[in-house]
Amino acid sequence: MRPLTFSRLLMHCAVLGAILFAVVVIALKMGAVPVSLYGLVRDLFRVAFGQASQLSSEHQLIVFNIRLPRIFLSIFVGASLSVAGASFQALLRNPLADPYVLGISSGASVGAILALIIEPHLALAPAIAALFTPVGAFLGAAMTVAAVYFLGRREGEIDTTTLLLAGIISASFLSAIIQFFMSTLSGGNYRGFAFWIMGDLSTPLQPILNWILRVGFFVAAGAIYTTAADLNLLLAGEKEAMHLGVDIRRVRIVVYIAASLLTGLAVSVSGAIGYVGLLVPHVMRILFGSDHRILLPTAAFGGAIALVIADTLARTVVSPSELPVGAVTAVAGAPLFLYLLRRRLA
Amino acid sequence: MSTHARVPVSGSSRPVAESFPHTDVRLSVEQVSYAYSANPTQAPLFTLEATSFQARPGEIVAIVGPNACGKSTLLKLIAGALAPLSGRVLLNGFITHTLPPRERGQRIAMVQQESPLLFPSRAWEFVLQGRHPYARTLRFETQDDVLIARNALAQVGAEHLTDRWMDQISGGEKQRVILARALTQQPLLLLLDEPTLHLDIGAQVDLLETLRKLAAANRYTVVVVTHELNLAGQYADQVALFQKGKCLRVGPPATVFQRELLEQVFQTQLTVELGSSGRPRVTVPSAK
Repeated sequence: MRPLTFSRLLMHCAVLGAILFAVVVIALKMGAVPVSLYGLVRDLFRVAFGQASQLSSEHQLIVFNIRLPRIFLSIFVGASLSVAGASFQALLRNPLADPYVLGISSGASVGAILALIIEPHLALAPAIAALFTPVGAFLGAAMTVAAVYFLGRREGEIDTTTLLLAGIISASFLSAIIQFFMSTLSGGNYRGFAFWIMGDLSTPLQPILNWILRVGFFVAAGAIYTTAADLNLLLAGEKEAMHLGVDIRRVRIVVYIAASLLTGLAVSVSGAIGYVGLLVPHVMRILFGSDHRILLPTAAFGGAIALVIADTLARTVVSPSELPVGAVTAVAGAPLFLYLLRRRLA
Repeated sequence: MSTHARVPVSGSSRPVAESFPHTDVRLSVEQVSYAYSANPTQAPLFTLEATSFQARPGEIVAIVGPNACGKSTLLKLIAGALAPLSGRVLLNGFITHTLPPRERGQRIAMVQQESPLLFPSRAWEFVLQGRHPYARTLRFETQDDVLIARNALAQVGAEHLTDRWMDQISGGEKQRVILARALTQQPLLLLLDEPTLHLDIGAQVDLLETLRKLAAANRYTVVVVTHELNLAGQYADQVALFQKGKCLRVGPPATVFQRELLEQVFQTQLTVELGSSGRPRVTVPSAK
């Protein structure tokens, strides 16, 4: 009997944090313009000790003004998607649930696009206008989850196959709507179809959107974490969880809203990046077990690591040109998804 | 530390009745009825007529009757998972269905027909889940919780299963682990929904023997829904016989298991004989 302890949780998170740091350093080095590891470490030290003025302006621009913000964006988007995936898997009691597969990301994309279309007509203050897209994406995500949840039930119980089918059909329906918007709205300053379908981390964010993403991540992931112990019981069945003192209604509402928020935030800044939310939680479950008290934080680190790696590949594989990061995650993720699906049905 | 030592609970709930006429009574089912309809405008598809009985600490009550007679519904009403249409279920003076989920989990444990686990877990992880009603948000299990879980596994004779995976043990072993989890809740009331359903006859007797001992040692009040008339007859202190949502009779097995009554309820020919212990035995007469 080896129950989870706080120190074990911290230790695992520290290890993953160290791996994330190493991956970030490598990602800073990689790119179309070569940067030596020595120069990079020297510059990092200088920044850490407040001597940023000594940096060469070229390094400063490439490493700290272009690559680093993009890596931070990958970290928060990856962590959001991964925590959202783990939460949806528990909420829908389905190991194959994921924001992308179930069409939740597409729903968020539609919400974000609608917000982008409506926003110029409202003459909002800039601070509120910046919030408009994430809120639209959140609403789109929340509505899609609700739709998939109710379509995916049979005789009052969630049915794995029905739920997946409902999600996949919703995703293709919503993609068609995105395509419709993209083809009718020519000339506007809208990001392309590929962004909303495949995901892309190359566009720099306005600072305020960056802060919304970071604060939103900690608030929503924190809210989900307060239900971690309840989610463990919920996986064993709602009937049983209820008799073990779980307030099922409260847990469902918290996880539903917070996970939709995480998806909405991620999609509004990076489009619909697939498979991170599906596969990272599974890998973490294999490594650390299915206790959500350790799964949720490790999934956050794992998602960040995975997306930083994927985005570095997207930047470098066909350098100096770029792939959308969603193409990289899909190439790696789709076969793994099929493997999990087959193993489950076997 | 013994499993029935209760951790003090700070709760906002107050009992609605401070004392019973008979202070010894722990569970009091008072004129409880229920109706289920698929939609509010239609006539109910299923009704449970007003049912009453009482049980003391250490007593085993068996609920028996044909399929779809309301046994499991009554169990859910007792557990507080359903709100009765009329009447109330009191556990030490508290109305069970208005208790907050955590406090209910500290007083009432339910052993159900198991639902499959989504992700594999080990027996000890499963048993420790029974401590959930006592844990604050995000609290990690303490040494006390581990002791209580070990003790519970020992009490049901399942120490050897501690490190096994739940999906790799037999039905009888699983039933023991589920029972152990219920014990870690340190309940006043232990409810079991057809616990013997998929067990062979040896495992069935084992389980009932264990229940008998636990009820005596830890002063649980046990309510068990079962199809096994003979197990009910041998082990229960009271039997409640149901037919089509109606409680026909409640009492000691010998007074409830009357041949004419059972034949009418189960629609088949039966013989009932009293064993030397004064407990009834129900058998099917040999085929013609």
